[in-house]
Amino acid sequence: MSKVLLSIIRKEFWHIMRDPQTLTIIILMPVVMLFLFGYAITLDMKEIDTIIIDQSKTPQSRQFIEQIVATDFFQLVAVDINPDRIETYFQQRKARCALIIPNDFGRAVQKQPATGLQLLVDASDPNAANYIHKYFTQQVFRYNQSINDISIIPFQVESRMLYNPNLRSAYFFVPGLIAVILLLISALLTSIAIVREKELGTMEQILVSPVHPFQIIVGKAIPYTVLGFLDSLIILIVARFWFDVPMEGSIVLLGMALILYILTGLSFGLLISTVTHSQRLAMMAALLSTILPTIMLSGFIFPIKSMPVLFQWISNIIPATHFLQIIRGIMLKGIGFMELYSQMGYLVLLAVLLIALSVKKFSKTLE
Amino acid sequence: MTSNTFSVETENLTRKFGSFTAVDSVTFRVKPGEIFGFLGANGAGKTTTIRMLCGLLLPTTGDARVAGLNVYTDSEGIKQRIGYMSQKFSLYEDLTVRENVQFYGGVYGLNRRAIKTRTEELLTYLQLQDKADALTRELPLGWKQKMALSSAMLHDPPIIFLDEPTSGVDPASRRDFWLLIYQLAAEGKTVFVTTHFMDEAEYCHRLSIMRDGKIVELDSPEALKQQYNAVSMQDVFLKVVDRGAHE
Repeated sequence: MSKVLLSIIRKEFWHIMRDPQTLTIIILMPVVMLFLFGYAITLDMKEIDTIIIDQSKTPQSRQFIEQIVATDFFQLVAVDINPDRIETYFQQRKARCALIIPNDFGRAVQKQPATGLQLLVDASDPNAANYIHKYFTQQVFRYNQSINDISIIPFQVESRMLYNPNLRSAYFFVPGLIAVILLLISALLTSIAIVREKELGTMEQILVSPVHPFQIIVGKAIPYTVLGFLDSLIILIVARFWFDVPMEGSIVLLGMALILYILTGLSFGLLISTVTHSQRLAMMAALLSTILPTIMLSGFIFPIKSMPVLFQWISNIIPATHFLQIIRGIMLKGIGFMELYSQMGYLVLLAVLLIALSVKKFSKTLE
Repeated sequence: MTSNTFSVETENLTRKFGSFTAVDSVTFRVKPGEIFGFLGANGAGKTTTIRMLCGLLLPTTGDARVAGLNVYTDSEGIKQRIGYMSQKFSLYEDLTVRENVQFYGGVYGLNRRAIKTRTEELLTYLQLQDKADALTRELPLGWKQKMALSSAMLHDPPIIFLDEPTSGVDPASRRDFWLLIYQLAAEGKTVFVTTHFMDEAEYCHRLSIMRDGKIVELDSPEALKQQYNAVSMQDVFLKVVDRGAHE
């Protein structure tokens, strides 16, 4: 490596070390974000506040209620209140569903071929309402089986959940969070790297030296790659040992993918840095252009296939989409390079393209 | 005329920003070993001229050669042969004195041993040995400026451009700084310096006074004082500016 490049790299490290505040943020922010998101974003539902109004008061109804309450999905908040007050409970967000057992339930269950229960669900959150309804139906099915031992079931589906048998949201979200956090950090770090020197006036001094733009860009990218990689290791350790996300595949392959991904983020930040003129603008640009598309369009939360075609195209361009397939594949499914070379190849291509663009855009004059 | 006899030469050098002409058809020549002063009010075009000569801006029209090299075609070659100190303080305040020197030495491709020797030479010369590992921001401004000049000289260039190097510096430090400039000139280096301090103008071998992008006077301080029948450069400058206001 050339002496010039080495001096630039070394200087960037000095800057990083001299600023312990920023360094702390760089190290701590990913962990804090991981905990914040890791606990806030979850699709696991439990302890749904439930009202039960038992108008039947028979052994049959009590048996059914016992079964419902025994699960940790429903949490009883009120019993046998006046049905008129159910809406007040919903409006005050004290309950999300109410079960009304009619007074003829005990008799009807024994005598009639079919009878009904009423379930009221607060559907202002449609996904949750759907989920509550499904779970409730399951419980009813179980209860019916327990009292009608002669029921004939022609066939049943036996599902086996692969890769995430307990259907834990964390398995899905934590790898996704790594993608969001790393891109954000790496783009943010470098977005100000060049602009700062323009503002300070030191860039002018570098510009009158015989340094090539390539050396400046690469010299700035390398130290932050090391830093970003350090960050990703910290995140991976927290993901593995705190959130218990499995690590089925090769950690070396994942490490390589991480470096590639960080490089694309950094080179994107550098590109922003070369075309902007103030640190504030650069940071805003980096924040907006990484966070939103990564969260909304990468498949981090919302499935890509159900997006409008235009968004699907954008989704295919952003690096997070490809990295998500890599990291979820490696961590959860244990897949190898042969299944991932196209995604890895795309990241390489993107990083090279962005760096080339930064070098080209980097102006050697003050105009 | 062989281009090698002059360190800097320009011919009708012009720079426009949109419809505004910052530097208007400027022609001058600077000999090796000369201290060439650029005088003028703010916005007269001094900085723009220096930036064109250093390769930071491209001229709109006209010609300029620095160290015999064309500014249009050989800016990379020029960069190896010049030192430049801008108006803005150009060292990294969060790095130590030694680290700054190491960085700029590295940027000019000096090898490790050369950087080490040059660093020690500089620190001894500037009497900064005991401050070598202090952060640059802790130094007084006068020392910072001397350090900035020394950092710009690490690769031993024959020509040095100084853009208002002493603005904001106390008089004693300014004197020190000019001693440094004299020493460089005595070593045969060409010093191209802009200033708005009239006492400093007296130290220059030759002076050009700029007004509205044009060079209106170009001679030695003594000749200018004689011509304007003035006792000091301050007088000369006021008379030149005054004349401009009446034109």
